[in-house]
Amino acid sequence: MLTKRIIPCLDVKDGKVVKGTSFVQLRDAGDPVALSRQYYQQGADELIFLDITATPEGRDTVVDVIESVSEQVFMPLTVGGGLRNVSDMRRMLQAGADKVSINTAAVLQPNLIREGAAKFGSQCIVIAIDAKQVEDRPEPRWEVYISSGQKPTGINAVSWAKKSVALGAGEVLLTSMDADGHQAGYDIELTHTISEAVPVPVIASGGAGVPEDLYLALVKGKADAVLAASIFHYSTYSIGEIKKYLSERGIPIRL
Amino acid sequence: MIVIVDYGAGNLRSVTNALVRLGYQPKITGRPQDLSNARAVILPGVGAAADTMINLNQLGLIDPIRRFITDGRPFFGVCMGLQILFTGTEEGGWHECLNVIPGQVKKLPDGQKIPHIGWNQVKQQRDHPVFSGIPDEANFYFVHSYYGEPEDKRLIAGETEYGTTICSVIARENMVATQFHPEKSGESGLKMYHNFLKLIAKGS
Repeated sequence: MLTKRIIPCLDVKDGKVVKGTSFVQLRDAGDPVALSRQYYQQGADELIFLDITATPEGRDTVVDVIESVSEQVFMPLTVGGGLRNVSDMRRMLQAGADKVSINTAAVLQPNLIREGAAKFGSQCIVIAIDAKQVEDRPEPRWEVYISSGQKPTGINAVSWAKKSVALGAGEVLLTSMDADGHQAGYDIELTHTISEAVPVPVIASGGAGVPEDLYLALVKGKADAVLAASIFHYSTYSIGEIKKYLSERGIPIRL
Repeated sequence: MIVIVDYGAGNLRSVTNALVRLGYQPKITGRPQDLSNARAVILPGVGAAADTMINLNQLGLIDPIRRFITDGRPFFGVCMGLQILFTGTEEGGWHECLNVIPGQVKKLPDGQKIPHIGWNQVKQQRDHPVFSGIPDEANFYFVHSYYGEPEDKRLIAGETEYGTTICSVIARENMVATQFHPEKSGESGLKMYHNFLKLIAKGS
């Protein structure tokens, strides 16, 4: 039976791991290579690196980070943040990444999904969607934001998820901007809606605070994987503790 | 010399890193003559089957790979490196493959998320040296949408459940192929490469 994945996310800026609250107020949380090694030993199922570096010089540092990490940990690695074209993607895959996640560039230029999938296979292309709720009645509606959550697009998140998959995305990394950084639980309704709407795996992101949050995202949200950052970086819970908790509650987990 | 076949696709770096961790210094090459000198060949791969066959053909690698396997020399195919051993695949219309293993590559059945991404258990169907020290039903990392069905069921060394029973490990003497990625499967994956490479040390 396929197990549910527990995925620590490392937001990397100029070679350091940082994590913000609702996309602002960054705090230093450590060295990405050391953290990756720790997560590997604790039994993480995958690692996601989001490069939030703004400058081209800083961008080279994430390549170095991926190269070092892939020499030391033998698990799937996904890299995203600022990837604009197929050659950016290739650079990350050659550095040792297994998958690339694209967000802003895909919204601005949807054909990038098709090109990436044709070159590297759908299994390599993760569509990252930052969604914010804009209506709650009669039906909830979520809008896609780009440029690190700075820019609304007017695009419906559910339609965009479907379109991305039709273009060749093999997985959806779904972040609720409303929930992200607050550690008060994932947006279950958003996760459930997108997960039911697309035939590919969905990674729920944003809002993990206690182990039950992850449980609810998997069971009620129907997510295939859950991403968390702060609760792992600051050692609120170890990966092992979370996995044990989920396993005891009947979730298929790799222990 | 251990050769990792470079045909312009695939995550070669991860396979290389895994072998380096185990103390080997593999050669990454796409030259046919390097295969004839190799003590073992690893064929990694992601992406589409048709592209893989086109790339191998352009590099003149089709016959050298076939010969390497039929000569009974140590060969390890990973993911797409398993699928292209079959007679053909239905991925993107029917495409002929290497036909080292009679059988077809089919799309995973509907009813669950596709691609099959994540860690899943491998049920060992019989003893083989590659399983040495790896518990039955150990988890390995999968990422694929198609799977191979060998006509000769005796080739199936490991199986995995995902909507149907997938042949996840093929083994025949010195030929091993896995649908999952050992280089991404933590310590169990490293152990599997270690076991495979010990086949060479034995001179078999």
